[in-house]
Amino acid sequence: MTEAGPDPNEPVRSIRAPVHLEYHFMPGRASSRFLRGVEQGRLLGQRCPQCAKVYVPPRGACAACGVPTDEEVEVADRGTVTTFCVVNVPFHGQKIELPYVSATILLDGADIGLFHLLQEVDAEKVHMGMRVEAVWAPPEERKPTLESILHFRPSGEPDADYETYKDHV
Amino acid sequence: MRDVAVVAFAQSRAVRAEEGANEVEILMPVVSAAIERSGVPRKEIGFTVSGSCDYLAGVPFAFVQGLDAVGAWPPIRESHVEMDGAWALYEAWVRLQHGDVDSALVYAFGKSSLGDLPQVLTLQLDPYCMAPLWPDSISIAALQARAWLEAGHDEREMAEVAARSRKAALANPMAQVAQDLTPEELLKQPYLVSPLRRHDCPPISDGAAAVVLAAGGLAREVSERPAWIRGIDHRIEPHGLGVRDLTHSPSTRLAGERAGVGRATVDVAELHAPFSFQEVILRQALGLGPDVEVNPSGGALAANVMMGAGLVRIGEAAGRVSDGGAGRAVAHATSGPCLQQNLVCVLEADQ
Repeated sequence: MTEAGPDPNEPVRSIRAPVHLEYHFMPGRASSRFLRGVEQGRLLGQRCPQCAKVYVPPRGACAACGVPTDEEVEVADRGTVTTFCVVNVPFHGQKIELPYVSATILLDGADIGLFHLLQEVDAEKVHMGMRVEAVWAPPEERKPTLESILHFRPSGEPDADYETYKDHV
Repeated sequence: MRDVAVVAFAQSRAVRAEEGANEVEILMPVVSAAIERSGVPRKEIGFTVSGSCDYLAGVPFAFVQGLDAVGAWPPIRESHVEMDGAWALYEAWVRLQHGDVDSALVYAFGKSSLGDLPQVLTLQLDPYCMAPLWPDSISIAALQARAWLEAGHDEREMAEVAARSRKAALANPMAQVAQDLTPEELLKQPYLVSPLRRHDCPPISDGAAAVVLAAGGLAREVSERPAWIRGIDHRIEPHGLGVRDLTHSPSTRLAGERAGVGRATVDVAELHAPFSFQEVILRQALGLGPDVEVNPSGGALAANVMMGAGLVRIGEAAGRVSDGGAGRAVAHATSGPCLQQNLVCVLEADQ
């Protein structure tokens, strides 16, 4: 064996084979309607014709019934915190100052929680049942993304009764 | 063995790119149509299994979203194969042999337009043997075609398969590519990847397909003429292309023997040959003579929904049996580069 390089008689035990693929993303008809609505400051869901649940964002189908959800319904941009998480751990790509709160928000008129950021409130004051409202980006800055809602903040309304969201926790 | 039959089949029209709809939106009407045609109430279906490929969407666990099209509440018995839906159908057939459920929904979907399909297929199925050269799926098929030509075949055989398939597709409203051109006209076309011309290659398709299986008495109850699965088998060849004889398909031959293809006359065969010359290899491996009608649907040269085209072959063959057009049909599905893995299914009407 020479000092210049590896022994040519040694078996190769590993190789590097970089993998790279590019994809288009296709949200589909229902999600496209939702994202176009967000661009205009509206939250559009879809109601299942069988179980009457309203999905926001809609995916074009009721996952429980397996049927198309053709009926479009607009829901409020305010709702109730059903569960939340206080983020204290820094991570790569983090943009928001710690600690901050991520919450699942049951929008008024919806039957599925929306995951978003909760701000303008101390983390220790956030609780289940808290009423919150959307803080939208200025109209000229809105795009077809949920980032057009900058965050949610407490609306000042009294807490929601547990009965109103017990099926969504 | 328990008698199991195909009692319903549905498919979407194959298109190059389904611009508006996502996978669930493509799949849902197809699943609903198959269930409706089966006569088995949706909530009474005993087993559900799908075939799809997460690499097509580039999203891990993308297949889970497909369940939105099924209605999986209250919880259902469900499974998935990261393969063509024909292998999902095989799993359903095995599941029905257990005897505790009498029906199964099998579905498959693929939206190839989201990425560069030849590269996606290469990275999906060959993470080791060809890396880091990454020859794409068409180039690999061209190497196989060259080996096949040098074994004593000619390009005219390829053009004849392509001309016949695309002409047959004129009668198939679900086909993507259909035209009436002679082999001579096709042979004047330029090479895409020598010795393959464009018509020797399958179209890139978006779409979905679904089949409902029923066992024994239930099949007779819901279908006037069930397409009974009298034999089904699948076999695979080695990963490394260099250790295979690419001019033959021993895995198809073995699967065909095990499925009992040669036990009686075959009226019609739906062969999943994504590249024209592969149909000749498959016919030979299955012992199908010139009197057997092959790919009246147009086959994979007319529509090739990735992860669905094999299931479509079974659905089309079963349709020929159920509509009285054939007494005995053979369906074949393939997966992997150069016909690496092959499934053969024999379907028969009641005697």
